[in-house]
Amino acid sequence: MTQLLSFIKKEFKHVFRDKKTLLMLFGLPTIQILLFGFALTNEIKNTRVTVLDYAQDNISKELISKIDNSKYFDIISNVNTEQELESEFRKGNAKIAVVFPAGLEGELKHNKKATVQLIADASDPNSATTISNYFNNIIHEYNGLNISKSPLPMQILAEPKMLYNPELKGAPNFVPGVIALVLMLVCTMMSSVSIVKEKELGTMEILLVSPFNPIFIIISKLMPYMIISIFNLIIILIMSVTLLDLEIKGSIMLLIFASTLFILTSLAIGLLISATAKTQQSAMMISLTGMLLPTMLLTGFMFPIENMPLPLKLLSNIVPSRWFFIIIKNVMLKGLGFSSIWKQLLILLGMCTFLLRVSIKKFKIRLQ
Amino acid sequence: METVIYTKKLTKRFGNFIAANELSFEVSKGEIFGFLGANGAGKTTAMRMLCGLLMPSSGEANVAGFDVYTETEKIKQNIGYMSQKFSLYEDLTVAENIRFYAGIYGLSFAEIKMKTDELLTKLDMRSEAKKLVSQLPLGWKQKLAFSVSLVHDPKIVFLDEPTGGVDPVTRRQFWDLIYYAAGKGVTVFVTTHYMDEAEYCDRVSIMVDGVISALDSPGNLKKQMNAPDMEDVFYQLARKAKRSE
Amino acid sequence: MMIVTEQLKKVYGKEKIVAVDNVNLSVDKGEIFGLIGPDGAGKSSIFRMLTTLLIPDGGSATVNGFDIVKDYKKIRHCIGYMPGRFSLYQDLTIEENLQFFATVFNTTVSENYHLIKDIYCQIEPFKDRRAGKLSGGMKQKLALCCALIHKPEVLFLDEPTTGVDVVSRKEFWDMLKNLKQMGLTILVSTPYMNEAALCDRIALIQSGKILSVNTPEKLVNNYGETLYTVTGGNMYKLLNLLRSYEGTDSCFAFGNSLHLTLKYQTKKDTVVAYLQEEGFKDAAIQETIPGIEDCFIKLLKTN
Repeated sequence: MTQLLSFIKKEFKHVFRDKKTLLMLFGLPTIQILLFGFALTNEIKNTRVTVLDYAQDNISKELISKIDNSKYFDIISNVNTEQELESEFRKGNAKIAVVFPAGLEGELKHNKKATVQLIADASDPNSATTISNYFNNIIHEYNGLNISKSPLPMQILAEPKMLYNPELKGAPNFVPGVIALVLMLVCTMMSSVSIVKEKELGTMEILLVSPFNPIFIIISKLMPYMIISIFNLIIILIMSVTLLDLEIKGSIMLLIFASTLFILTSLAIGLLISATAKTQQSAMMISLTGMLLPTMLLTGFMFPIENMPLPLKLLSNIVPSRWFFIIIKNVMLKGLGFSSIWKQLLILLGMCTFLLRVSIKKFKIRLQ
Repeated sequence: METVIYTKKLTKRFGNFIAANELSFEVSKGEIFGFLGANGAGKTTAMRMLCGLLMPSSGEANVAGFDVYTETEKIKQNIGYMSQKFSLYEDLTVAENIRFYAGIYGLSFAEIKMKTDELLTKLDMRSEAKKLVSQLPLGWKQKLAFSVSLVHDPKIVFLDEPTGGVDPVTRRQFWDLIYYAAGKGVTVFVTTHYMDEAEYCDRVSIMVDGVISALDSPGNLKKQMNAPDMEDVFYQLARKAKRSE
Repeated sequence: MMIVTEQLKKVYGKEKIVAVDNVNLSVDKGEIFGLIGPDGAGKSSIFRMLTTLLIPDGGSATVNGFDIVKDYKKIRHCIGYMPGRFSLYQDLTIEENLQFFATVFNTTVSENYHLIKDIYCQIEPFKDRRAGKLSGGMKQKLALCCALIHKPEVLFLDEPTTGVDVVSRKEFWDMLKNLKQMGLTILVSTPYMNEAALCDRIALIQSGKILSVNTPEKLVNNYGETLYTVTGGNMYKLLNLLRSYEGTDSCFAFGNSLHLTLKYQTKKDTVVAYLQEEGFKDAAIQETIPGIEDCFIKLLKTN
């Protein structure tokens, strides 16, 4: 046991004495969160708006002028039919359209409630949500004014409709994506590089010649990266809550449990890579192209899996981060419990045990 | 005798550390000059300054008639360099290596072709011309590397531990090549850890702690130190060393 | 017998390059046994097979009575190994490296301090310095300490003195003698022929084959020919002249003189006369005792 502990201590020294790696290990999650959180969801100004006004009454006119006065919107055209509206979207002229139903004023007076439809081009989901939020604000403001004027509460509701990407995949989803990405990077790449480094240095020879059990070599090489990964996970979660105002809806314990499973899977992949790679560079290349790219592309974090061609869809099934991504999303964003993710957990568990077994078996207790 | 390397109080400092301290010596044309020293004595630093790879902190040095401060490009044209660790591309063939080195020294196509031919014949490696260098035995590689370092007819050739790890017969064959080159007027500046090879040099300098602590012919050094061989001369001097790399 | 190999063989790659060719060796307990040969002779492959890092392609071997394939775990308990290149953690200090290797071998520095004391005290003043910043000689001492810290019975040192200056080399061999006094068996390889004389027994090796196994003295005694040294005048011209001389069997430069063997009917006086006739007025020729290197050259020629 003391052997193992001192080995792990040594690994941490390697990590902490290599300033560049250290920066990468801890700078990476921060940069990713900031990048995705701010740079990519910045406020959007002067969005092009098309108006389809069936109502042609006071309320619709007031609202149109409010929209036009807002710094966020520019009304670029007025159309008369839904066909015209659609063609404005197709041509890419409009990013968003407002449809005022016929008899809006009457409806509002009669039912104290009326609906205005908002149609947004959601192929860029981030901006679509932002835009529809701005629009909602304008309606809210207008409602507020009305209430003070009228003795009875009246309310206009905005009914958003997202074109092309109705579920708005990708919007706040980047946090689960970043978690998967960072864990994969740290566990797979860093661990494989650190093992191959010992081979390159020649220290692996001495370790193998010692009576130290090879299993312990594996454990102690992987342990630091596991601990660092959990630490990274916590950093990401804290940043998401404090900086991005994201709420963790589900159980944190469940989240950490699932992450640990994913970390182990990634470590097993790292170990497997280290068995084949001869130099640190090749270990890095294999992890980057073999693991990082599929994680980015095939987990549904950047591109929705539903829209992929079948071969890619099938391929995505063997990418562990795909399942992990669903788990994190369900637990963290939707607040769902164990019952909703047991299938994914089981798949991940299966992958993890399989990969660990193979990689431990492949770990060479001798030189070639 | 024409002087091809001349240094006066040549010094290199790295911060507070004086790697090479006021080196002054001269090497004549066609001389085999042994440059010895313990690990960390400052040999590599001195050699790098002479090759124009490292700017001296102070002092003078002139190599092949050119100043090490201002004419490093001309120096590089007039010297050859070979080290035990790296000289040839393992993934290129013998002929490709020769052509490559001839090419980077700006030889014309006709010259390159002629030189390649000449070298392959001289080394008796005609049948190996299309073999990858990685497939050659170490001794052959070193002989090839040496010949390649001479491909542009330099005035001086710097050899950094050229014979490390080869068998005694190949080692001597290598020295035959050195003698041959020296006989043709090439100045040979060589470092080695084999002390019997120090005896083959015309003159030997021994560096200790950044300073040249002895410089003379092997015979005179042995007489002065009352030593049976160069190994003992070296041992007597280097034992006093205080610093290490 | 501490180490025994029988027809040990190692073949590499698709081209079936034979690195170790049916090697038979036996090393006694408490002996310093030297494997002497140039790079690529197969020394490291033998070391790696004996330290259980490589599986032989033929033959068998035991270390301390244990089979190198079957009982590899037992062997790993009782050997110390210092690979050819410096294999310590450059980013750890001297002390950290030593402590790490002690714990890996399930022991403590203090438990076996007596074994390394003489060596360690030389580098102890720098114990907080990182291994990457040490000189060649100091690295070598640290590596030896790390290989010794678990009190092994056999020590495998693969080219410990290569690229190290003469002073450090001398010190290193002094350390090995002390370790031998403590009862350790040491298998050491070196490309420096003059270090062979410091071993109890040596095996000369070339292209994977053992050329000869003997004590240094006997090897020299078995040289079988009269060896002369020749001096006087320009050595290179003298060498070329002697090589072209009809009575010469072999002639090689050896430091400040030439080593010469003659075809059996040639007399040394005839040679002197010939040299003087050719203009080497100071030429002198003397009988001498051959060294290990002479023996190696002769064995290379006959093989």
